[in-house]
Amino acid sequence: MTTATAAPPTVTPRRAVGRPSLLRLTAVELRKLVDTRAGLWLLITIGAVAAVIVVLQLVYADEAAQTFPNFFTPSLLPVGVLLPVLGILSITGEWSQRTALTTFALVPRRERVVAAKLAAVVLAALASVLASLAVAAVGTLIAGATGGAGSWRVEGTLILHAALFQVANALMGAGFGLLLLNTPLAIVAYLLLPTLWSVLGELVRPLRGPASWLDTGRTMEPLFTADLTGEQWARLGVSLLVWLAVPVAAGLLRTLRREVA
Amino acid sequence: MISVDHLTKRYGRHIAVDDVSFHCRPGTVTGFLGPNGAGKSTTLRMICGLTPPTAGAATVGGQPYRQLPNPGQEVGVLLDASAQHAGRTGREALTVAADTMGVERDEVTAKLDLVGLDATAARRRVRAYSLGMRQRLGLAHALLGDPRVLILDEPANGLDPEGIFWMRGLLRDFADRGGTVLLSSHLLREVEAVADRLVVIGGGRVVAQGDKDDLLSGAGTRVQARNQQALRRALDSAGLDVVSDTDGGLLVHAEAEAVGQAAADAGVALTELRPADTGGLEQLFLSLTAGGPTTTAEPTTSGEPTAAGEPTREDAR
Repeated sequence: MTTATAAPPTVTPRRAVGRPSLLRLTAVELRKLVDTRAGLWLLITIGAVAAVIVVLQLVYADEAAQTFPNFFTPSLLPVGVLLPVLGILSITGEWSQRTALTTFALVPRRERVVAAKLAAVVLAALASVLASLAVAAVGTLIAGATGGAGSWRVEGTLILHAALFQVANALMGAGFGLLLLNTPLAIVAYLLLPTLWSVLGELVRPLRGPASWLDTGRTMEPLFTADLTGEQWARLGVSLLVWLAVPVAAGLLRTLRREVA
Repeated sequence: MISVDHLTKRYGRHIAVDDVSFHCRPGTVTGFLGPNGAGKSTTLRMICGLTPPTAGAATVGGQPYRQLPNPGQEVGVLLDASAQHAGRTGREALTVAADTMGVERDEVTAKLDLVGLDATAARRRVRAYSLGMRQRLGLAHALLGDPRVLILDEPANGLDPEGIFWMRGLLRDFADRGGTVLLSSHLLREVEAVADRLVVIGGGRVVAQGDKDDLLSGAGTRVQARNQQALRRALDSAGLDVVSDTDGGLLVHAEAEAVGQAAADAGVALTELRPADTGGLEQLFLSLTAGGPTTTAEPTTSGEPTAAGEPTREDAR
């Protein structure tokens, strides 16, 4: 901005006008995840689900099975169902609440907003893994004190795989949100399409081969273990390309071009 | 500071904005007037980079809006007061914006005070706000980055008379300190009191623009004749600028002498010839936009509002 506009009494002395950094935008998007009741309750629910799973195991699981990894892994699946909803809401909320109008007026480079949203969702997914680890730790402590196995032995790779599982889930949700830009549509499509695909893969014989490469329900299952074979990684990669990378890329294009009204 | 050049927006076969050009200078308030559906909001959204134009371009402070590094500190934008997350509190909505542009949190409180939202109101969720409160919040949002330019779409909607008076003072003061204001309205009265310049849009096209005072005096001369069509022809052929007013007379942008001469030359007997009343701008506004809010598919046969003027007179009787 040139300062040469010499209207004698300017409205305000100019501050240095800098483009908001991605870091700042990510912090804003994280704040937006929690500053509404819907977002806050979703996060509380995610934490509560992990806690309930641990309590159930303390009550019903065999004492020998009350180990840290056994407390940790079962919480991943229900949390993994809720994280995509968080991802979807963070994107579609802008359109359903029409805040896109103010958001994109403040940051017209929309790809930066989208990048910040994806980063915030990834951080939320990682935080959910920390929450799962924390409640599992509490469960293990209680189990140790009440006669359960209370074993702490856990493979580091299992935790890494769990983190990858949750990040992928959250990003898949965000991808559906970006592509459909409508909350109910994105949630229904996200929950229904992969399930439909699983059912079809079971029912229709010629689809069985492709399904084992494309059904994320199947390809992500090995992430609950500490070791994956090369082929399992390949299947996982292909399914995530189709269900994560493609929706995010296509959705980004749609978001960049869409008229904001 | 705001430069709009040949902006056009087409939706399929419908032309929402048709070759609109105007400029807003620092220190002035520009009123962007037109009936609902005339293309005001679409034009403002195109200026702010939210709607891609079919043709033409707009700049703010010499740059296309989308290339401004931190637009919130250059341009305050209020396009729709209802476009706030219903679940956020007023204060939270401003805090999110302040964080985005890197403005001190103190500014949030300062701007809430400025627009008259007290601590209790700031703690409430936007869902519970009246339209007037949302407008005040939207104005606080627009002013948050201490911009030099304000772009406001129908900011007086939902404000009570006291609120409208207050907002006029605020905008006048902003412009007097060197700021640039562009505000739209479908009510002439609302804008007349504060604007220096007017841009009148109807059916997507700019139908009049200029200094408010010029447009006011430009209301010119009101004239009637028993044979209105003959009078119209006479005035047209004399090269005078004529529009039908709402009462079946004609408004001519010329002195009474020129009008009378043109009528006499054509042998048309006048039944009325006088300077247009002070409400002339309003009549001008109404008649200029008489084409209606939508651009009809067929190009208006003669392009003249005569056809619209006749039924108006019938209605008036």
